[in-house]
Amino acid sequence: MALNRKVAIINLTTGQIESKPIPIDVRKKFLGGRGMNAYLLYNYLKPGVDPLGPDNVLVIGIGMLAATMASATSRTDVMGKSPLTDMIGSTNMGGFFAAELALAGYHHLVFLGKAEKPSYLWVHNGEIEIRDAASVWGKSVTDTQWTIRKEMGDEDIKFAVCGPAGENLVRYANVMTGIKNSAGRTGMGAVMGSKNLKCVAARGTLDIKIAHPTQALEYNKRFIDLITSAKVNQTMGTLGTPFIWGATNSWGGCRTNNFQYNQLRYADDIEPEHLDEISKETCGEYNMTACFNCQVHCRAKYKIPQSPLAEKFGLVGKYDEGPEYTSQGGFCCEVGCTDAATLLCANHLVDQYGVDNLEIGSMIAWAMELYDYGILTSKDTDGVDLRFGNGEAVLEMIHRICQKKTWLGQALAEGPIRAAQKIGRDSEKYLIHVKGMSNLHSDERATPGLALNIAVSSRGSDHLRSRPAIDLYHLPKDVMKRIYSSPVPFEGELSSDHRSYEGKAWQVFWQENCFMGVDCMGICKYHTTFLGATLPNFEDWARVVNYNTGLELTPTEIWTAAERCNMLEKLVNIREGFKRDDPHKGDVLADRYHNEPAKRGAPDVIGATIDREKFKGMRAEFYKHKGCDENGIPTPETIKRLGLENEPSHLL
Amino acid sequence: MEAMAKTLVVNQERCTGCRLCESVCAVKHDGVVNPMRARIKIEKWEHEGLYVPMICQHCQDAPCMNVCPVKAISRDEALARVMVDYNTCIGCRSCVAVCPFGAMNFNTIDKKVIKCDLCDGEPQCVRFCDIKAVDYVDAAKVSISKKRDAALRMTSAQKKATELEAEM
Repeated sequence: MALNRKVAIINLTTGQIESKPIPIDVRKKFLGGRGMNAYLLYNYLKPGVDPLGPDNVLVIGIGMLAATMASATSRTDVMGKSPLTDMIGSTNMGGFFAAELALAGYHHLVFLGKAEKPSYLWVHNGEIEIRDAASVWGKSVTDTQWTIRKEMGDEDIKFAVCGPAGENLVRYANVMTGIKNSAGRTGMGAVMGSKNLKCVAARGTLDIKIAHPTQALEYNKRFIDLITSAKVNQTMGTLGTPFIWGATNSWGGCRTNNFQYNQLRYADDIEPEHLDEISKETCGEYNMTACFNCQVHCRAKYKIPQSPLAEKFGLVGKYDEGPEYTSQGGFCCEVGCTDAATLLCANHLVDQYGVDNLEIGSMIAWAMELYDYGILTSKDTDGVDLRFGNGEAVLEMIHRICQKKTWLGQALAEGPIRAAQKIGRDSEKYLIHVKGMSNLHSDERATPGLALNIAVSSRGSDHLRSRPAIDLYHLPKDVMKRIYSSPVPFEGELSSDHRSYEGKAWQVFWQENCFMGVDCMGICKYHTTFLGATLPNFEDWARVVNYNTGLELTPTEIWTAAERCNMLEKLVNIREGFKRDDPHKGDVLADRYHNEPAKRGAPDVIGATIDREKFKGMRAEFYKHKGCDENGIPTPETIKRLGLENEPSHLL
Repeated sequence: MEAMAKTLVVNQERCTGCRLCESVCAVKHDGVVNPMRARIKIEKWEHEGLYVPMICQHCQDAPCMNVCPVKAISRDEALARVMVDYNTCIGCRSCVAVCPFGAMNFNTIDKKVIKCDLCDGEPQCVRFCDIKAVDYVDAAKVSISKKRDAALRMTSAQKKATELEAEM
C-alpha cells in the first residue's frame, strides 16, 4: 500500500543507517510530510544545539499522498533547527523528488551527525548508501544533478541538493531540486552543507499500490477539474505567480526600497505580461512547465535575453525557470529595480548558488536603505554603489554573499539579526523580519489579518504558514462563514473587509491548520484555500486519502492532526526560547509596521499602519483559538487534548 | 473501418513534463502508481526544458509484430492498434529490441513486455492531459490541423517579409 513507505535514520558520523516502518497509529496522529517531520524533529533534536554543528538534525520528508493518484502531490518538506532564526527551520519544495523518493521506498529521512568528507545519499528501491561526493562538491545546483546522472547513466534520478551557498554556510541557503524548485526558507541548505551532505539522489521503481484504483482515478479527475476551472489557476497556468505580484503591486502591497514605499513605479518591464512575452520569445508558445502530476503548470521557462547587464555577468542565453513573484519581490521592488534584465539574471544566479531569493533580496534591500541613509558607505561596500535601482550592484552582491567575499558580503550572508549585530550603527531598526527571518516582499500594513499571519508564523515572517489571502477578495459574509466554519464550526463574527481586525484571528488559525493539512498531504498550496476560495480542503483530502491509501480519516480528524502538528512546531520554538514579545524570538511585527504609514497605492492602503493595541487583541484571540495562554504557551489541557502529553514519545 | 479509427497524436511542444499520463496509465492498467509500469513515458532534457511523450505508434507494418517469433503480436483493426497476446508471448523481448521508438517496454516486476493498448478506445493519458500534449483524434484528420498551422506560419513569415520590404 501507499503507506508502507519507511523512515530512515541516517547517522552521517558513524555511517549507520536504520530503516523503520511507520505504524498506522503514528500516521493517524502526524499524517506525513511537514507534520511527521515536526514529530521526528521534536523527537530527535536536542534543545540549544548549534544549527550548523553536527548535533543539529535534518529531516527530509514527503507528503503522505506522494506519488499516489492525487493531484499535485509533489511536495517535499525539509526541517531542522534553522541557522537563520535559531528556531524551527522548515521549508517546502515542489518538483519530482518527492515522487521518486516514494517510489524508492521512503517517506522520511532523518540525518544525524556530520559526514567526515563530502558525501551524498543514494536511495534506490529500499536500499540506502552513503557515497563519496568529491566529484560534485563545489558544483552548482544543476551541474551536481547532471553530473551524478551522467556518472550513473540514469536520466531519471531525482535530487534534493544543496548548492555552493549551502556548502559556504550562507545561513539562508536552499535545498533544491531540478532547475529551480527550492525549499528556500530558513537555511536548510546550510544545514546540509554543515553536515557535508551534498545531496540525496533517489531512484525508484517500487509499486505504490492504490487502495481503490477506479475511485481514485475518477475522483482525481473531478479534483483536477475543480482546480483547473478556477480562474486563479488558469491565470497561474499562463502567467505563473508573477500575476500575483502584478496585482499586489498595482494595489500598493509590495514593499519597495526595502520599506520606504509600498509600490514600485514604472515597472512595465517586469510586469507579468512582459515576462510572459520574454518567455514565449525565448522558449516558444507553450512556455509553461509543471511539477509532478500537476495540471496547473505555473512555472515559465525562459532564456536570459541579450542585455548589457547579462553580457557583463556572462549570463546571455542561460536557461532557467520562473521567475516567481518572490523574485520580483527580492530583485525588483525591494531593491527598487524596474528592469527585466536584473530580475532574470538574479533569479538565475540564486538558482545556481542555491540561495533563498527572498532572504538575499531582503538583505541587499536593507543594505541599500542603510547606504541611502549613509549608515553604510562605499568603504563598507568595497566600492559597490549600493543605491536603490542599481541592478549591477544586486548581481554583484549576490556573488559576494554566496561566495562570502568582502566584509559586507560576509555580514549579509549571516541573515538579518547577525548582520545587524555585525554592522551595528542602529541598523537593526530598518530590518523587516519576524523571528529573524526577513519578510517576503509583501507589505501587510493595510491588511491586519495578513499582518497577524506573518507575526505568528512558526518559521518567521512568511506567507505560507497561515495567510488568509482570500481576505482580499471581499467575499460575502455567508461565503466566508461557509469556508471558515468547516470542518469545525465557528460562531464568532467574520468581516469581509480586509482592513478590519474582526474575526481575522480565526481566519489565520483556520488557514494555519489548512496549510499544515495540505503540507502533510504533500499537495501544493495552489490546490487548496489559499488563492482560490473554492479549492479543495479537509473534506476532499479525507476522500483522497481513503481512495488512495485505504486509511479512514474524517475531515475533523485531519483538522485535529493539523492542529497537533502546528503545536509541535510551536513546542520546538518554545524549547528554543520563544517569548511572545521578544523582538528576535517573539510573535511580533517590526516596529515600522506600527509607526510608518504606507505612502502609495489605492485609497484603502495609503496611510495604513497596524494598530499596536488592536494587533495585540488579535494575537490574544489567536492564542485562545489555539488553546494557548496569554503568553502564547499551550495550556496543559490543550496539550492533553492534542495527545502531546507524552512527547517526545520516540515511536520512530 | 480503418479510415474512421482514431489515433494517438503527440504534440510534443505542448508537454509541460508533469508525467500525470504515466501515473494514470499505470493506475488504469495495474492499479498502482509506478512509471515503470506506464505505457507512456516523458523523455526529458531538463536543462533546456524539452519534454517528449514517447508512446507506441501502433505502426501499420509494425517491427514488433514482424519480429515476434511466436506471432504473439497482431493488429486489431477495429481500434487500429497493435496488441500482445500474453497467452502466446514467450517473453523473449525481441520486440523490445526492435521497436524504433522504445515504446515496447519490459516490466521487470511481472517479467512481461508491456505496451499501449489505447485503453480500449478511451486512452486515460489523453483524458487527463489538459493541455493535450497527447491527443486522440481521427486518423484522417491528424495532418489537417498540422497543415493549417504550417500554412499560417508560412504566410505570417511572408507578411513580415513584405512589411520589411515596404519599410526599406
